[in-house]
Amino acid sequence: MINLSIREMSSLLASKQISIQELCGVYHDRCRAHNQSTNAIITLNEEFNADQILQAEKQLNGNQLLAGIPVLHKDLFCTNNLKTTCASKMLANFIPPYDATAVKKLNDSGMITLGKANMDEFAMGSSNEHSAFGAVNNPWDLNRVPGGSSGGSAAAVAARMSPVATGTDTGGSIRQPAAFCGITGIKPSYGRVSRYGMVAFASSLDQGGVMAPAADDCGLVLSAMTGHDTLDSTSSKQPQWQWKKPNSPDLTGLKVGVVSTWIDELQDEGIKLKTLEAINHFKDNGAEIIDIELPYAELAVSAYYVLAPAECSSNLSRFDGVRFGHQAENAKDLEYLYRTSRTEGFGEEVKKRIMIGTWALSSGYYDAYYIKAQKIRRLISEDFSKAFSEVDILACPVSPELPFKHGEKIEGVNMYQADKYTIPASLAGLPCLSMPIGFSENLPVGLQLIGRYFDEQRILSVADKYQQQTQHHLQMPEAFL
Amino acid sequence: MSINRKELEEIAALAQLNIPEQQVSQINQSLNQVMNMIEHINDANTDEVKPMAHPNDAWQTPRQDEVSDCSHKQALLSLSAHADEDHYLVPKVIE
Repeated sequence: MINLSIREMSSLLASKQISIQELCGVYHDRCRAHNQSTNAIITLNEEFNADQILQAEKQLNGNQLLAGIPVLHKDLFCTNNLKTTCASKMLANFIPPYDATAVKKLNDSGMITLGKANMDEFAMGSSNEHSAFGAVNNPWDLNRVPGGSSGGSAAAVAARMSPVATGTDTGGSIRQPAAFCGITGIKPSYGRVSRYGMVAFASSLDQGGVMAPAADDCGLVLSAMTGHDTLDSTSSKQPQWQWKKPNSPDLTGLKVGVVSTWIDELQDEGIKLKTLEAINHFKDNGAEIIDIELPYAELAVSAYYVLAPAECSSNLSRFDGVRFGHQAENAKDLEYLYRTSRTEGFGEEVKKRIMIGTWALSSGYYDAYYIKAQKIRRLISEDFSKAFSEVDILACPVSPELPFKHGEKIEGVNMYQADKYTIPASLAGLPCLSMPIGFSENLPVGLQLIGRYFDEQRILSVADKYQQQTQHHLQMPEAFL
Repeated sequence: MSINRKELEEIAALAQLNIPEQQVSQINQSLNQVMNMIEHINDANTDEVKPMAHPNDAWQTPRQDEVSDCSHKQALLSLSAHADEDHYLVPKVIE
C-alpha cells in the first residue's frame, strides 16, 4: 500500500478494494510507529473528522481523484480547530479558527488531514534543528538532518508516514529537504498558491508547494491548491492550473540550460557525478543541453539575508503577546509585555533574523543594504530572463552537500551558504522543483529544475518523464519498509 | 560592516527583544558574521538598477471595497490570554 502512487490509491478507493478509513488508518498507524524515530510530526490528527470522511466518500463517487487521500500539512498552514504551532513556543497553543486557503482547497478536494509536520521555527532554517519541538531526523540516516525548513514534511513522506505533504519554500525550504530525503518537491511560481492562512516569514518570497515521492503525485495535489484567491492580493489571477501527465519519456525539442560553473565548483564528487548522469539522461532522451551563465547569482545568498530578515522583522512584529501567541506573565507595563513575550516566545535563530532585519531597515542602513539588496534581486531576475530566452528549463544542483549530521552546521553562516543554488530562483519568484537522481554514500541526491513563470507543467513533465525511466523516487529507507 | 554592543542594544530595543547579559558577546559575534556575509552585495555596481521589491509587482490585485463577514470576533478574542467580551486587556498604559 505505502508504495502506491496517488493515482493507484485513488483507483483502489474508487473500486472499493479499500475504504477511506482503512487507507487513512494505514498511514495513521505508520505515523504513530515512526514518529519517535523521525520526530517528523508535531500534531497527529487523532480523530478524523467524520464529516470530512463523509464528504470525501461523496467526492470519490464523483470521480474526484484526491478524495480520501491522506495529507500532512506543514505546521505553518492554519488548520481550523487543529493546533498550528509554526514549531515555535510562541504559537505552541495556537488553535486557528480558520483554514488556510491551500488547506481549504485540499479539504474541498476530499483530502484527509493526517496531522501537522515539524519544521524549522517560523520556517527559518535549512536543517530542521531550529524547532521548539525538537530536531527532525532524516529517515535515510537518523543521525543526519532532513533539511529544512519543511524537514518534517520531507522526512514523513520519505518514511511513508504520509503519501504526500504540503511544504513552503522561501529560499529553498521545499527543494533542499526533498533532496535530502530522496523525494520530489515543487515550489510553484510566486503567486500560484494563495498565502492566506500561511504564517508569513518573508512575504515577497514565501510560497506553498507539495512534497511527495513522484512528480505525478506533486502535480495532482498542486493542481488542487492553485487558483486566484481574493483573500491574498499577491495571488495570481491565473485560473486554476491543471497538471497533465505526459505519455512518453521523449524530450526531443527540449532545451535544457545547465549552469556549468555551479556543477564545476561542486566539492562533493558524488553529487557532481549524479548531476552529470541526470543531465546525460536528458540528452539521451532527445534534449539539447545548452551552457548558461547566471553571473549575479553568486550574490543571491547575501541579498537574501538582507531581504528575508527585513520582511521577517516586519511580519513577526505582530507577535506582541496581546492578541494571540505566547504572553509573558506578570507584565508590569506594555513595554515589558512586548519585550518579554517576544524574548520568551521566539527561538534563537528567529531572534537573530529579526535583529538582522531590524538593522537592515533602520535609519542609515535602509538604502545601503535593503534597497541595494532589492537591486541585486533585479539583476538576478534579469539573469534568469536572459537564460529563458535561450532555454526552456534550467537543470542544476539543489544543494552543494549531502545531508549533514546534526549539530555539524548549526553555528555561523555555513548553513546559509548551503542554500546558494536554491535562493536565486526564489528571489526571481520562478517555479522550481527537486527530484531524486540517485544516491551517494547511501544518501539521496536531488536535481533542481527551474522553469519560466507559471511553467510548472514543463518542469513537472520533465521530472515525470525522468521518473518513467528511473526508480530513484521509489526507493525507501530500509528501516521504514 | 560590524556592530558594537551599544548598536546591538539599540537594534534589540527596536525589535522589542531582550538580550541577556551572558549572551551579548555571542549574539554580537553571530550578527557580525551575517553582516560580513551580507557585505558582498556591494560587489556589484547597481547605479542604474531599479529595486525589485516583489516578483509580481505587475499584478497586485486589490479587492473590491465591500463589507465582508467579520463575525469571528469571539473566536479571535478567545485566542488571547487576556481579553473580555470586546477588548484585549493589557497592562495600564495611561497613568
